[in-house]
Amino acid sequence: MSEKNKIKISSGMAGRKQSGTMMIFVFLAILGIFMFFPVYLTVVMSLKPVEELFVFPPAPYVLQPTLKNFSDMFEVMRQNRVPFSRYVFNSLTVTLSITFLQCIVISMSAFVLAKCRFAGNKIINNIIVISLLYQSNVIYIMQYIVINKLDLTDSLYALILPSVASPMGLFLMKQSISQLPDSIIESAKMDGAGLFRICWQIVIPNQKPALMTLMIFAFQSSWNMQSGAFVFHEEYKTLPTVINQISSAGMARAGVAMAGAVFMLVPPVVVFTFAQGRIIETMAYSGIKD
Amino acid sequence: MLKKIFSELRKNRDCYLMLLPFMILFVTFTVIPVIMSVPVSFTDFNMVQKPEFIGLSNYISLFLSDKIFMKSVRVTLIFAFFTGIVSFVLCFLVAWLINSMPKKFATFFTLIFYIPSMANVYSVWKVIFSGDMNGYINSLLISAGIITSPVQWLTDGNYVLSTAIIVQLWLSLGAGFLAIRAGLQGIDRSMYEVGAIEGIKNRWQELVYIVIPSMKPHLMFASVMQIVSSFTAGTVIQNITGFPSTDYKAHTVMTHAYDYGWVRYEMGYASAICMILFLFMYAVNRLVNHFLGKNTD
Repeated sequence: MSEKNKIKISSGMAGRKQSGTMMIFVFLAILGIFMFFPVYLTVVMSLKPVEELFVFPPAPYVLQPTLKNFSDMFEVMRQNRVPFSRYVFNSLTVTLSITFLQCIVISMSAFVLAKCRFAGNKIINNIIVISLLYQSNVIYIMQYIVINKLDLTDSLYALILPSVASPMGLFLMKQSISQLPDSIIESAKMDGAGLFRICWQIVIPNQKPALMTLMIFAFQSSWNMQSGAFVFHEEYKTLPTVINQISSAGMARAGVAMAGAVFMLVPPVVVFTFAQGRIIETMAYSGIKD
Repeated sequence: MLKKIFSELRKNRDCYLMLLPFMILFVTFTVIPVIMSVPVSFTDFNMVQKPEFIGLSNYISLFLSDKIFMKSVRVTLIFAFFTGIVSFVLCFLVAWLINSMPKKFATFFTLIFYIPSMANVYSVWKVIFSGDMNGYINSLLISAGIITSPVQWLTDGNYVLSTAIIVQLWLSLGAGFLAIRAGLQGIDRSMYEVGAIEGIKNRWQELVYIVIPSMKPHLMFASVMQIVSSFTAGTVIQNITGFPSTDYKAHTVMTHAYDYGWVRYEMGYASAICMILFLFMYAVNRLVNHFLGKNTD
């Protein structure tokens, strides 16, 4: 092996030049500013006192940062009949149950759909893609009818159960698992491992990037879920619903609306950072080729 | 026949058992509502009285007498081009470029690009594009002397569509982008090393010979997500440009369905609109699958 090749291999990738990486960095940074500026502005506006919110020219920074918008938001929520902690409890219960159940239920079925040959496999895969593409305004009504028939309305189950079997999550995991070489599964079968064990001890530990992505999707979509028409009682409503009620009360609440958005943004960002940190890029199946 | 089913069930018992929890929930809360919703498009249904079967007349009036529907199809196609195709390319490009960053930067950039999809922060665009002097864009342009009086970005028929496209594009690095990131992170490092030994010289060759072939399933997922989000765009635009938008300039098919469904309570008609949209998305998806190569099913 020549000296030149050795250097390339030790850097892990072919032909990477320092200057190229620098250019990519600059490109991403410029695009990133466009992406992040509105979010930054939301944070700035949530910290602005009323006097600063309506001045010309509008400043992209805050002179006297205050948490008054946040305390106002909590103040309005306190006037509700149900204590604030109840909404937090509802939202956390719904979000954590959906995220946990999705990871388990979807991992198992995605593995089976990607790697096992059985009658009905293809049909199920097609139905899942169709259900992703089929967006109708009346589905919500029909879901309501089903939930009502099952006597689940006005409980947290009405919020949790319909979101567990997410076709999007399943499709993501299935696509990712299908990339795994069959030889791993075959050799595990030779060693006498059952499907259940193969799934949890071999396949899923190998799917950290996809699993963490699934977790992020599940967390963020359930955290932002409005309780909508499935629950009527204030006791079962979730945080986004109340915050939406508060912030849609007009211009006078502009600062409070931004505070609500920032408040809702924090948990998904934390989960995202945690999940991305958990992805170890050196995969366990190194060296096995099809 | 029954015997055959039983033997199949016995043979693959573990498969079916592991699939069961998902299938129960999926059939109950997704498949059944979907099936129930299909016949609605052939009825006249106002949510109060019982739906009345009227055959194809929803579809007929949709194509023959609804001028605004045709307008909304045009708007949707423009949207689909920018927030579908352009954004799909952007999703892949950005994810791939991020992948060559050191790990700390990679996580940071992924967060920055994905953050718009994480929560409902888009309402800040109303302030940025606000039509009075207080809008950020207006005040910037006035200070720079480019314009003298504020522009109505959100209501002027000349600008409303472009404004909506910018906001939608900002939002569009969502699920597909993150899935592609995950796919890139899942590529075995040793693949690159093998590539280097076999004579791959630069990033582009690496992209064509290693990255894209191992990313096909993720690209397929991203394309479905992008098709859905670009063709069903509407809610955010409604929120930003108001409803209905000036001269229906940013009136998408989904907004049209919203209009008939939740404003006029003509659910049958709205549901016919959605059905057309679904058939169209299905066709587009088949087309994309054809191009990406259908070797993963």
